[in-house]
Amino acid sequence: MDLLTPGTGLILWQIFVFLLLVFLMAKFAWKPILGSLKEREESIQQALDSAERAKLEMAALKSDNEKLLREAREERDKILKQAREAANRMHDQAQADAKRNADKIIEDAKAIIQTEKQAALRDVKSQVAMFSLEIAEKLIKNNLKEDKAQKELADTYIKDLKLN
Amino acid sequence: MKKPVFAAKSSFLAAFLIVLVSLISPVWASDNEASGEAEPFNASEVILHHVLDDHQWHFADGLVLPLPVIVYSSEKGLEVFSSSRFYDEHHNVVEYNGYKLEHSHIYLADTGKAVLDLSITKNVAMLFINAAVLLFILLSVAKAAKANKGKAPKGLQSFMEPIILFVRDEIVKPNMGHHYERFLPYMLTLFFFILFGNLLGLLPGAANLTGNIAVTMVLALITFFLTNINGNKGYWGHIFWTPGVPLPLRIVILPVEIIGVFTKPFSLMIRLFVAITAGHIVLLSLISLAFIFGSIWVGFASSLIVLFINLIELLVAGIQAYVFTMFSSMYIGMAVADHGHDH
Repeated sequence: MDLLTPGTGLILWQIFVFLLLVFLMAKFAWKPILGSLKEREESIQQALDSAERAKLEMAALKSDNEKLLREAREERDKILKQAREAANRMHDQAQADAKRNADKIIEDAKAIIQTEKQAALRDVKSQVAMFSLEIAEKLIKNNLKEDKAQKELADTYIKDLKLN
Repeated sequence: MKKPVFAAKSSFLAAFLIVLVSLISPVWASDNEASGEAEPFNASEVILHHVLDDHQWHFADGLVLPLPVIVYSSEKGLEVFSSSRFYDEHHNVVEYNGYKLEHSHIYLADTGKAVLDLSITKNVAMLFINAAVLLFILLSVAKAAKANKGKAPKGLQSFMEPIILFVRDEIVKPNMGHHYERFLPYMLTLFFFILFGNLLGLLPGAANLTGNIAVTMVLALITFFLTNINGNKGYWGHIFWTPGVPLPLRIVILPVEIIGVFTKPFSLMIRLFVAITAGHIVLLSLISLAFIFGSIWVGFASSLIVLFINLIELLVAGIQAYVFTMFSSMYIGMAVADHGHDH
C-alpha cells in the first residue's frame, strides 16, 4: 500500500523544511508577535489598574469634598443659630428696656398724678374749709341777727368752756 | 474568514468545472474510441493518484508540471534531472539514464535496486509552498506587530492575532502550565503548518500534504522526541514505577505504559493522516460519480454534495490542526509537569 508507506525523500524534506520553519518562525515571527501581544496585554493591564486607582482617588476626593461640604454646612448652621440667638437676645433686651422705660414713665406719671391729686385735694380741702367758713359765717351772721340768738350762742360756748 | 471562503469558492468552481468537463466527456470518449484506445474511467486509480505523492504535478490532462528528480545511489552517485525524462510524447513511462520509474518509485534499471529518492515531488513542492505561505503571512504579521508597536492591530495582523492567542491561551497554556513559553514557538508553528497545509490541500489541484503519512510521521516524531527528551523524573517514574498502585499492578502497568509512550505519537500520526486523506477521498469519490454515471445531472447533484463536504473539510482542517497541537502540548505537558500534587 503506497498510501501507508512513508516515502524516504518526503520524510527527509519534511524534517529539514519543518525544523527550518520552526527555527525561522521562532526567531522572526513568533518572537516579535508574542512579544507585542504580551506588551499589549501588560499595557492594557496597566491602563486598567491606573483607571481603577483613578477611580479610588476620585472616590476619596469626592468623600473629602462631601466632608468639607458637610462641615461648611454645619458651620453655616452654627453661625445662623448664633445670629438668631443674638437677634433674639437683642430683641428681648430691647423689649425689656422698653418695658422698663414704659414702667418708669408710668411710675413717674403715677407719682406726678399722686402729688397733683394730693395738691388738688389739699386745694379742694382748703377751698372747702373756706367755703365752710363762709357758709358758717353766713349762717352765723344769719343766726346772730337777733340778740337772743347771740346770747344763746354765747351761753352755749360758755357752757362748752365750762365743760372743758 | 477570507481564506476559507476563497477556498470553498475555488472548490465549488472546481466542482463546477468538472461538471462542465463531464458535459463534453462524451466527445472525448468518442475521440478515444476513434484512436482505438478506449479506457473505462477508473475512479480508485484517479483518487489514489490524487492523494498519493508523484514525481510530476498533474493539474489537469494536458497541464502537467514536471518536477525535478534528485536521486542518489552508491553506484551512480547524486543525479538531478527533470521527471519529464521518464515520459515519452505519448505519456508512456520510459527508462532514463539507467533509472526506471515504477509506481512512483525509482529503481536502477539494470539491478532493480531502489535508489535514495530526494526528488522534489508534488508533496515536497507543496511543502515548500506551504512553508513559503506560512513565512510570508506570519512574517508580515510580525512586521506589522513591530510597526504597530503600542497601537491597535490592523489588517492581516488583527486577523491572525486572535488565532495565535487561541493557540496560546486555549491549547498550549492549559495543557502545559507554566512551562508553556519554552514550547510555544514549536506549538504555534505546528498548528499553523497543519492548518495551512490542510487548507491549501483543499484547493483544486493542490497536493495532499498533511494527508501524507510521511509528513504526519515527522510531525508526530518531533512531538515524540520533545516529550521524551524533556520528560522529567516524575514522567519516567510514572512509566516504570507507577506511584500509588499495588506492586502486582505495577508490573502489569509497566508494559502498558511503555507501549503508551509509542502509541501516543502513533495516534497523532494516524489521526491527521486519516482525517485529511479520508476527506480528499470522499470529495473525489463524489466528483467521480459524475464520470462513472456519465450524466450531468449526477454531476450537478454530486457537486452540491461536494460543496457541502468541502465546508465540512474546512471545519476538519481547523479541528485537526487544533487536535494535533492540543495532544502534542498535552503529551509534552505531562512529561514536564511538576508532579507530587496529583495522585
